[in-house]
Amino acid sequence: MKLNQISIFLENREGRLYEACSLLGEHKINIRALTIAESDQFGILRVVVDKPEEAMALLKKNGFTADLTDIVAVEVDDKPGGLAKILKIIYDNRINIEYMYGFVEKSSEKALLVFRFDDSDKAISVLTDNKIKVIGKKDIVNL
Amino acid sequence: MSMQEISYWNREIETISSEALRKLQLKRLKETVNTALKTPFYNARLKKAGINSADDIKRLEDIHKIPFTTKDDLRECYPNGLLSVDLNDVVRIHTSSGTTGTPTVIYHTKEDIDNWTELVARCIIATGSGKSDVFQNMMGYGMFTGGLGLHYGAERVGMTVIPIGGGNTVRQIQLMKDFKTTVLHITPSYLLHIHSKLAEGEISVKDLSLKKAYLGAEPYSENTRKKAEELFKIDAYNSYGLSEMNGPGVAFECIHKCGMHVWEDAYILEIIDPKTAEPLSEEKEGEIVFTTLMRKATPLLRYRSRDLAFIYKGGCKCKRTHRRISRITGRTDDMLIINGVNVYPSQIEQVIMRVPEVGTNYQIYLEKEGTLDKLIVKVEIYSKLFTGELKELDALRERIKEQLRASIIINPVVELHEPGSLPVFEGKAKRVVDTRTKL
Repeated sequence: MKLNQISIFLENREGRLYEACSLLGEHKINIRALTIAESDQFGILRVVVDKPEEAMALLKKNGFTADLTDIVAVEVDDKPGGLAKILKIIYDNRINIEYMYGFVEKSSEKALLVFRFDDSDKAISVLTDNKIKVIGKKDIVNL
Repeated sequence: MSMQEISYWNREIETISSEALRKLQLKRLKETVNTALKTPFYNARLKKAGINSADDIKRLEDIHKIPFTTKDDLRECYPNGLLSVDLNDVVRIHTSSGTTGTPTVIYHTKEDIDNWTELVARCIIATGSGKSDVFQNMMGYGMFTGGLGLHYGAERVGMTVIPIGGGNTVRQIQLMKDFKTTVLHITPSYLLHIHSKLAEGEISVKDLSLKKAYLGAEPYSENTRKKAEELFKIDAYNSYGLSEMNGPGVAFECIHKCGMHVWEDAYILEIIDPKTAEPLSEEKEGEIVFTTLMRKATPLLRYRSRDLAFIYKGGCKCKRTHRRISRITGRTDDMLIINGVNVYPSQIEQVIMRVPEVGTNYQIYLEKEGTLDKLIVKVEIYSKLFTGELKELDALRERIKEQLRASIIINPVVELHEPGSLPVFEGKAKRVVDTRTKL
């Protein structure tokens, strides 16, 4: 139930983020979650989209440097302590988080958390064992 | 200034008559040819040109029979193709990186260092400095000849020398104040930088005892000299040298600041058309060509410096008979001078080509940050090796930076760009964008 996040290299140039996002938008690819990792001279746009393969092909065709990265997305209750509950499970099982970002879902009382773990498979099994809902490929389309 | 007494370090030789100078030059040229014939390189090259011994040099004009020596020759001779003495007699080695990373080397015997020191001592005295001065040497020590060259000359003159080398501006200023430094040896851009730092601290120009600055290692204009002189209330003198001809002490301005006297008892000076190699007359700008006349360990005959300048007509008010050259007006090659350090674009290219994660297209960008130079190397990342991890890109950038620093000595900023985003050049790539306003 690993998902694919698309990581897009963005050089430090005006309008480059817009160019990437408008390309996806024009082709009806929906961004479900996103974050930008930035260095002083470049950035990496990280997006979870409904159609990752299609998006990758599109980006490459249009000259973007992009790669797919395994991530794990989980759904938690959108209330105080929601994130902490997940983090405790991860911490107790000594799994490293390389980075994470979160989103609030518009149609439910849930929040979406996107994790990049050092060991995605272990994380998925630990989370599933603890009755945490790990988002699958189909779920992401319907979010 | 006209009332200032003119002093000489070696009056006899500095004011030698033209006729006696030519005689001395011929004698020393013959000696140099004999010395050169002891090196594998010149032995082959001179014999091919029909010069089998010093007897084949009968007049000074016969120098034209000798083929030119180039930087490439020096590279090919590395490490000992140009060594003419037993290594036991060598007391110092200076190497510099060549255009493609192959170094060049100049060996010095004890006598060579002594002669070099004498030339520098002449320069220092020619500017009116002397024993009572405190000399803060802000040029780099080590393989770069700027630091050690002036250091030895200053000690010979009897100045109090502060061998601090470059950088560390706060400490430089403190030492200038504490020891009442009167003379600086410094690049013009660093001198202006120090002034901007003075404004930030508690020590001001008034607290200093500066009288003079020797400016060298990078090109600058007359306006910059005036600016530096006004800002610090000093006299600034132009200094010229190149490691192949020892380093500093080849040519220096006297108190009249009207061109740099070339010590013609130590070097034969020629100016040639860089394209046709034909000799040019006075006041015509061309490439400076030097022949060493006193060097024992590494004699160089008709060495093409790639520096452009011209010779001033007429004598100087200081009565030194050694002719004066203009400040360096440019280069015949693509060498860049960045904060006083010589860098060839090909050195940068070589490093970039060794890094698999970046493409072969790159750009070298130069700009001013305050009065100092900033080098930005822009490279394109290679799509197939992009993993989406920021830390990997940061590590890559750091690695390229380290490798560049090891090759060109100075610290660049490395920028990563998307593939295909840098301009593509056709034919001979013109990848250097220099936006620096000339100092």
